Amino acid sequence: MRFQLTEDQRALREGVRGLLAGRFGRERLRAAMEGDAPQLDRELWRELGAAGFFSLRLPEAAGGVGLGLPEAVLAFEEAGRVLLPGPLIATHLAAGVVPGAATGETVVTVVDAGGVVEWLAAADVVQGDAAGAVPVRSADPLTPLHRTAGPDSSSDARTADVLLTSLLTAAEQLGTAARVCELAVQHARTREQFGRPIGAFQAVQHLCAGMLVRVEVARAAVYAAAVTGDPADIAAARLLADEAAVRGARDCLQVHGGMGFTWESDVHLYLKRAWVRARRPGSVTECEELLAAELLAEAS
Amino acid sequence: MDLSDTPQEAEFRARLREWLAKALPSLPAKPSPDDWPGRRAYDLGWQRTLYDAGYGEVHWGADPAVRMIFLEETEKAGAPYVGANFVGLLHAGPTVAAEGSEEQKARWLPPVLRGEEVWCQGFSEPDAGSDLAALRTRAWRDGDDYVVSGSKIWTSHAEVADWCELLVRTDPDAPKHRGITWLAMPMDAPGITVRPLRTLAGTDEFAEVFLDEVRVPVANRVGEENDGWRVTMVTLSFERGTAFVGEVVACRRVLGELALAARENGRWDDPVLRRRLGRLNAEFRALWRLTQWNVSEASEGVPGVGGSVFKLRYSHARQELYEAAAEVLGDWAALDLERPWVLDRLSSLSYTIAAGTSQIQHNILAERVLGLPKGR
Repeated sequence: MRFQLTEDQRALREGVRGLLAGRFGRERLRAAMEGDAPQLDRELWRELGAAGFFSLRLPEAAGGVGLGLPEAVLAFEEAGRVLLPGPLIATHLAAGVVPGAATGETVVTVVDAGGVVEWLAAADVVQGDAAGAVPVRSADPLTPLHRTAGPDSSSDARTADVLLTSLLTAAEQLGTAARVCELAVQHARTREQFGRPIGAFQAVQHLCAGMLVRVEVARAAVYAAAVTGDPADIAAARLLADEAAVRGARDCLQVHGGMGFTWESDVHLYLKRAWVRARRPGSVTECEELLAAELLAEAS
Repeated sequence: MDLSDTPQEAEFRARLREWLAKALPSLPAKPSPDDWPGRRAYDLGWQRTLYDAGYGEVHWGADPAVRMIFLEETEKAGAPYVGANFVGLLHAGPTVAAEGSEEQKARWLPPVLRGEEVWCQGFSEPDAGSDLAALRTRAWRDGDDYVVSGSKIWTSHAEVADWCELLVRTDPDAPKHRGITWLAMPMDAPGITVRPLRTLAGTDEFAEVFLDEVRVPVANRVGEENDGWRVTMVTLSFERGTAFVGEVVACRRVLGELALAARENGRWDDPVLRRRLGRLNAEFRALWRLTQWNVSEASEGVPGVGGSVFKLRYSHARQELYEAAAEVLGDWAALDLERPWVLDRLSSLSYTIAAGTSQIQHNILAERVLGLPKGR
């Protein structure tokens, strides 16, 4: 057993982090929100394609990078850290299936089992039946949403994709959870009240420490699920990562006080994206039921 | 990232399983919880069995991953845990091994490994709990002895211990961390009074120890005079990573038993309870993964933050587990001490307090890991 990142995995993480820091920093995040509706940056999308973000798990013979789920999870964790917009998971899963997805030329989205579509207007290819989809006034300014009449009947055929979507969603949530913990700590170190940094008060310290605990527990669960690919491990990872991201973003907002409630602060963007991801199929109820059933099966 | 055993680990696991299958049937019957001499003999006997089979030092020398396999497999097989050997194997012994002189190692370590002597721990005091360095038990030199007076609390196995790893104040004028000394006190020395403390679970799990001018030879001091705080920190960091391996295995087994019991009594049909158990499954799976993560980190010799993170989350999860158990039992059965899990529910309450309260663990994470300013 050696349950730590390998040298190559560390290098991959640093590489993706560096790429995203250069190409999707805070200015780009804020710029993406300008205008009536968020636009997908096709140039960035192609750059991600060129860097292997979408073709990461395709065999080298098929023009891919030939890596596995653990590496994909590390890449999506980084995407979650910077709130990289777009139907990243659907396009990643379409690589090798939909022409152009692997290189980032083709943007792919999916009608999920709940009948919801992210980034419908920006997508070149829609998997599932989006006929009659109507726009939702999305709470997340960086994720346009449509809803269809009902659950997508063709989604059963994509069970494997649903599982992987849940795992990669957990990875994005983990990245967001880690980032909001850092933002909270940075703010608590510098913001002064009563003549000292608010991070010197235990009430604030304990909020931050609680965020860290949720991040580290979720990290162990997400990385392990990436290694085993086991449905129960994925369900556990999803539950804990959703919790770490949503509660982490809320606690981060609390630490930021009044400024956290403003549009100008980035904190709300993390919370809203965490909400968008948390509702994706493989939701809390489904995961908990699956894990309950697994308990009985294991014990009997 | 690799979760599977290396060939050496797999071989160790297979050999251990085979040995456990042979050794456990000849284990004597487990003594009753109030039978202290019986418990001492039982725990020492098990350690002797391990020693004879070549597993006596598994808590010390072995690679953390191997130690984890040992703890996992022994728990799964239903073998005893360290019991009365806890302090000797996991606290005092490692301290002597790291900081003691050659004579001290030769005197104290072999009897621990062979299952011949029991150690207890005299650290906490009535007025020095979370603030351990505020301890006030005094020791002053008189010839070749220290003379010790004061009182200690939460001392497990004091009734049956041969030795006590004792922290005393040797310089009351120095800053509090710098006036402390580590002594090995023989428990048969005159002036020691042990008074059992009854816990809320109704058992005598630990004791208060009163010291009235007890003479401890200066030769029993480990480390320099007034350097005891540093010596102690060596002890406290020793078992990082593997401390709760067996308990997590046991909690996962209990969770499965709860599911079966709920199906039996019909409560499984309640989706709220069912989902609560599902959530706990996620929790303990993650805690197992976090253990594997921390142990791998420790194998690489990286000082990690895993200990406090794990301890915080685990102690809370264990309490939640037995709260769920009460709901599975339901109604009066959750109040019936004859039922399984009811006593466990009571003893789980100590987990967020013992070995650093949850509040102290939060402070540690905030200050030492997140780098927030020192709290107030």
